[in-house]
Amino acid sequence: MLEITKINRSFGARQVLTDVSFDVPGGRITGFVGRNGAGKTTTMRIVLGVLTADSGEVRLNGALLTPADRRRFGYMPEERGLYPKMPVAEQLVYLARLHGLSQRAARHNTTDLLAKLELSDRAGDKVETLSLGNQQRAQIAAALVHDPQALILDEPFSGLDPLAVDVVLSVLRERAAAGVPVLFSSHQLDIVEQLCDDLVIIADGTIRAAGPRDELRDRYAGTTYQATFGTDAGWLRDQPGITVTDFDGPNVIFDAGSPEAAQSVLAAAVARGPVLSFSPRRPRLAEIFKEVIQ
Amino acid sequence: MTTTPAATSSLTAPAATPGLSFGQAVRLIAEREIVTRLRSRAFQVSTGIMLLAALAGVIAGGALGGRASTTTVAMVGDVAAVQQASGLAVRHVDSLAEATTLVRAGTVDAAVVADRSSPAGIRIIADESSPDALVAALSVKPDVSLLDPPRIPSGLRYAAAFGFALIFLMSSATFGGTIAQSVVEEKQTRIVEILISAISTRTLLTGKILGNSLLAFAQVVVTGAFAVIGLSVTGESATLSLLGAPIAWFVIFFVIGFVLLASMFAAAASLVSRQEDIQATVTPVTMLVMIPYFLVIFFHDNSLVLTIMSYVPFSAAVGMPLRIFLAEASWWEPLLSLLILIAGTIGVIIVAAKIYGNALLRTGAKISVREALRSSGVD
Repeated sequence: MLEITKINRSFGARQVLTDVSFDVPGGRITGFVGRNGAGKTTTMRIVLGVLTADSGEVRLNGALLTPADRRRFGYMPEERGLYPKMPVAEQLVYLARLHGLSQRAARHNTTDLLAKLELSDRAGDKVETLSLGNQQRAQIAAALVHDPQALILDEPFSGLDPLAVDVVLSVLRERAAAGVPVLFSSHQLDIVEQLCDDLVIIADGTIRAAGPRDELRDRYAGTTYQATFGTDAGWLRDQPGITVTDFDGPNVIFDAGSPEAAQSVLAAAVARGPVLSFSPRRPRLAEIFKEVIQ
Repeated sequence: MTTTPAATSSLTAPAATPGLSFGQAVRLIAEREIVTRLRSRAFQVSTGIMLLAALAGVIAGGALGGRASTTTVAMVGDVAAVQQASGLAVRHVDSLAEATTLVRAGTVDAAVVADRSSPAGIRIIADESSPDALVAALSVKPDVSLLDPPRIPSGLRYAAAFGFALIFLMSSATFGGTIAQSVVEEKQTRIVEILISAISTRTLLTGKILGNSLLAFAQVVVTGAFAVIGLSVTGESATLSLLGAPIAWFVIFFVIGFVLLASMFAAAASLVSRQEDIQATVTPVTMLVMIPYFLVIFFHDNSLVLTIMSYVPFSAAVGMPLRIFLAEASWWEPLLSLLILIAGTIGVIIVAAKIYGNALLRTGAKISVREALRSSGVD
């Protein structure tokens, strides 16, 4: 588990991170969401030691991170890049060795990874001669080639073609399944919602919400319910204290104001006829996001 | 999207991965710099040109310097002075008219006849210009005793000054430019962020400087070897013995002076994010390389300027070996100058490492040195 505790950082007079704290549990995928400039990249750079924090600490499995720990992290920066004139395989071996692997282990991992990413036949080619899609795969390989203990990926899906998205998804899941903490940032909320187990929402340099995805959805469900009746639900609009937000024949979404009021609605509905479904409405990530960043 | 254990384990390296020491990381980086450079066509061509130039320079110098000139002279009758003079090819002729014809035809350089009306007792007849060498050979000269004879002929003095300065200029400009480009390449392609997530900026900077310095050093040594081979092939071993100590000092000063310049090139280049902007920050450093070059060419016989130059870190690599070659430096002077150079280099490395470390992640417009020294602000 990666623990980030009370990180502060300012650039000159501008405070960009204020008491940022959250956990990235091993074996789970954590999505890091926020607008551009909210502090995602700065936070990730601090976790990786590329930037230093003004205060606060980062721990891995309870111990403060050392440069040796960080060397075993896998990082995919938002700004992609490899040496354009260096052959793919040679470059991956070089990066793996900089991360502390022996020559043999570096070669072994490079060969495996290239095969997995279907790049084996381009191993000896310069990066600049690869197609954009293959360059993206090489970039993913660069983050994974040293068999990282933790993965930090900044916007790993931006600019990826659909095939590469699948590759990244499978790789992230595989890494998480192996017990590695995986943190990735994104502004594509639908992908985050679909993929991640845990969520961290940041705005203006402060953490607005953090925790397991489903827990967060429950927490922000409020007193909104959705129901499907056997007959037209139009009568609900005349109930005192009930706000109908969406209505289409037998389907209705409404804010009851309190759980008790919701129970009264249910009782009234059952008295009128069949009730096919009745449940609290879990908000989508985009809705939670809109709510918490205000 | 399968999550099979087999796929996972296939990526797993041996559990106990040996750590990477500072030295090992520096070596890896230096190695990459060297291999990349050796593969580059531009480097191969420029090295070839430098070697050929060194060889050609030595051979041409030997051919020009070693040409022994003989003057052919037509002599009417017997002239004692001509018979005693050396370096003359004498041709006996019977009459003044015959001698004049030979001079006009260019068969001989001049004619010498006895002439009682001349104070020297002889007259020289030449075609268009006065044959100075012959006049000198036939003149009676008083003996001169020099209290402080110069050991080095002025032509050689100039050649040595020019040679040291040229090698320093070529290597510094070539490899300084290479370091600058390689720093900007890493910044422009953004791979630098991956690199410094694995190693410190200090390690990266050290590796880059070491790799390029080793290459520059190797190039100078090979060029020097070519010059030495050239000198011994053309039989200029006397020159060689004069140059031995200065060349050794030059190498020592060059190595340290190059590290100094390399650090400055790296720091200057880290201030920009695109190859197109590189000239703006690298030019001032290039000027620091050019200054010793021009000072040497213009002031190679001005001992005050040379003395000052031999202590200024940027020009010591050229100035001090030259003064040693000219036997103008006391034994302690190169040592003092070396100390100043080392201290200056350490100081520059500290400042350069700070600029480099702070500027690496800042992309976009050019950053000022003051900004880079103040903070590593990244947006």
